[in-house]
Amino acid sequence: MAQLSNTAVYASMLVYALALFAFAASLAARRVPLPSSQKVLVGPAGATATEQQSHDEPGRKSGNIAISLTWLATGLLIVGFVLRGLAAERFPLGNMYEFSLGAAIAVALVYLIAASRTDLRWLGVWVVGAVLLTLGVAVTLLYTESAQLVPALKSWWLVIHVSAAAVSGGAFTLSAGLIVAYLIKQRAEDRGTAGKGLASRLPSAERLDGLAYRTIAFVFPVWTFAVIAGAIWAENAWGRYWGWDPKETWAFITWVIYAGYLHARSTAGWKGRKAAVIGLIGFLAFLINYFGVNLFATGLHSYSGV
Amino acid sequence: MTTTMEPTRSQGPRLGARGWLRWGWRTLTSMRTALILLLLLALASIPGSVFPQRGTDAAAVNEWINANPQVGPWLDRLGMFDVFAAPWFAAVYLLLIVSLIGCIVPRTADFLRTVRKPPPAAPSRLSRMPAYERTPAVPEALDLAEEYLQQRHWRVRRETDAISAEKGYVQEVGNLIFHLCFIFLLLAVAVGGLFGWSAKVIVVEGRGFTGSLTQFDSFRSGRFVDPDRIAPFSVVLEQFTATFQETGQQAGAPRQFEAEALVSERPDAAPTQQEFSVNSPLVLPGVKVFLTGHGYAPEIKVTRPDGTVIFDDAVVFLPRDGNLTSSGVVKVPDVEPGFALTGLFLPTATIDPVMGPVSTFPAARDPQLFLGAFTGDVPTGGNVYKLDTSGLDRVGTKALRPGETWTLPDGTEVEFVGYRDFANLSLAHDPGRWLALVAAALVIVGVSMSLLLQRRRVWVRLVPGVDTVGGTVDVAGLSRSGGGRVHEDVAEIVTVVHNRQRTEDETWHN
Ligand code: HEM
Repeated sequence: MAQLSNTAVYASMLVYALALFAFAASLAARRVPLPSSQKVLVGPAGATATEQQSHDEPGRKSGNIAISLTWLATGLLIVGFVLRGLAAERFPLGNMYEFSLGAAIAVALVYLIAASRTDLRWLGVWVVGAVLLTLGVAVTLLYTESAQLVPALKSWWLVIHVSAAAVSGGAFTLSAGLIVAYLIKQRAEDRGTAGKGLASRLPSAERLDGLAYRTIAFVFPVWTFAVIAGAIWAENAWGRYWGWDPKETWAFITWVIYAGYLHARSTAGWKGRKAAVIGLIGFLAFLINYFGVNLFATGLHSYSGV
Repeated sequence: MTTTMEPTRSQGPRLGARGWLRWGWRTLTSMRTALILLLLLALASIPGSVFPQRGTDAAAVNEWINANPQVGPWLDRLGMFDVFAAPWFAAVYLLLIVSLIGCIVPRTADFLRTVRKPPPAAPSRLSRMPAYERTPAVPEALDLAEEYLQQRHWRVRRETDAISAEKGYVQEVGNLIFHLCFIFLLLAVAVGGLFGWSAKVIVVEGRGFTGSLTQFDSFRSGRFVDPDRIAPFSVVLEQFTATFQETGQQAGAPRQFEAEALVSERPDAAPTQQEFSVNSPLVLPGVKVFLTGHGYAPEIKVTRPDGTVIFDDAVVFLPRDGNLTSSGVVKVPDVEPGFALTGLFLPTATIDPVMGPVSTFPAARDPQLFLGAFTGDVPTGGNVYKLDTSGLDRVGTKALRPGETWTLPDGTEVEFVGYRDFANLSLAHDPGRWLALVAAALVIVGVSMSLLLQRRRVWVRLVPGVDTVGGTVDVAGLSRSGGGRVHEDVAEIVTVVHNRQRTEDETWHN
């Protein structure tokens, strides 16, 4: 069963790789019409409509193929994830390898669901790239044999806490991609080169900024929940709900930085680029918490299994 | 909304003391300051994860300072090993709390005032709003729009030629709940810190302890805890069981720890049998007892040649690695000459060519005790797990299996009688945890309301002078929390007041 799980994971990586090519092809062919008038609605549904005006827009077809491939790959990955759980007879979020699978599924699903509502094909390269990178690291560096859990992890809180963290990881990754796209586009718009190169293939800076905000506005409560669920679990296992262990410290830092992002977006003089940079730093803090603390720090949270 | 909280920059040339105070307060409670304080808080927490911290691992701190004698003491003076208790860390979060209170109090008052009033009248230039459409409409457009908005629980203000409506007060309520409960959460942490205590104790199978300071191996308590009145319970550890992964890549990983205990909540109460394990603590009135680790305590008996037993006890040996290679000492200072043993207990013994004797599995598959015996002036007191052998004479070394006896040259007999398990327990009493739990739950509710709902206004106004069959209206909307929902609201109102069925196309290309 564990073997089958691995096969499914490898198969999904193969399909993701194909999706990545399709997304790249779609992006290369794509060209977003410059907004002719500011009267065009810029709301979520509105923007979709403006971009879908022409049905034979270049890159559309390969983009759709890429989305389908991503669904397929994600399905395979979910199969791998479930088989892993069946092999170990427990919820498969017990070590970094499994957590990476979970987070990759979360990134892909958050993206696919968002993409089914509004046109996000241009973001596919980033998302599938991030998923592939996560899976690559997981199968090469983090792989651990399927096994039962150490006693400290035998708790329902594991499922609750770690699932929320995985969903957060997925959405943080998405937000970082959107912010980078925003920064690129904003620069191009400021310089008047929005019609050229990569920037010409991205939606307007305003829309990218809005999408990044909404992703973070969605994930912030989830992350708050993940951290608090972790604290409740810690109280139940170690007798204190907060002990400034490195993992807890970085979870807190991540939380505070994203709170800073949300504040910056409604503070005069911090909107736009400065807020965006804070959002990227928040993602960095999340990555440090995930990779740095798990692999290098010793604390009560040393469960990477590596 | 946020602009009302910005300090006004138009200060006169001379401020005076009151003016400065006002200016200071306004600056402190501005969004910009809150933002900078938040970022500072994040920055200030980083050293807490880079350097070992006294609160979690005091031994690691001493090691770090000894290993870096140049910078260590300086970092210590700066509070780098006790970041979360350092004055500069406290300064940042206290300023943040003051700023937070100074921010939400006026905001709450402001909110309560606006809730009781109808939405403000429609502004004159609707076309300047972020969402705006001008559309031909049926004559009864305002009535239709009013009805539509009321059905959807907007707060509506009707004037002769216009409607203003507002929705999403709950979002603001959520924001206030969130910020307020965040303060309560910090308060709960403070209560726990001042009125709570925690202790650690190591208990060998068959033994027990009571709720008094002398029984604990370590004890930390808040300022307002009376150490003489901890809790009158007693606990006897009857049995401890550990199971491990037997095979595979993760062989030796712990799988299950379980403890059985005889518990009395009060000295006069009849003891009851209770089980507890990792993740399911023993709950006593006011105290929880957590199982956090375990190890082995070899039973050692030392008999003098004349038959007097100078030592006979189970000695806690501290684990050094995952396979429970454990070390410990026996000190018998009050005999002549003084006698001591240093030992290594290996539950599954092997001799590694490089590392010497080590254990290869944590369960007792082939337990052996490697002993070194010393005589001389054995120091009294000090660390019970360590022996300073510098002033002692080494008598010899020996490896023993359970039941075996080692006879020293002077006739002293050292017997490895057997071994027992011991459990590491930690005890905690935190009177702030219920407040913390409730506040944390409300923080989640509040922040979700605040971020997932959108506070927004819409306006509909008849346009005079433009003559079509029915009439023409301007529809506009403004989101106060930076979301896109308002565009959809405007589009929906346009559909409602429109004088004919709109095509999909028209919705977007107005
Ligand atoms: C203790 C640290 C603080 C944390 C963790 C925090 C967190 C947050 C979060 C997560 C939001 C997002 C909710 C939203 O956008 O509606 C928010 C919004 C807000 N915060 Fe704070 N905050 C803190 C301190 C403060 C302080 C000191 C102020 C006052 C200056 C303040 C004023 C506001 C305001 C006005 C909003 C609403 C922004 C909007 O309408 O978009 N916060 N805060």
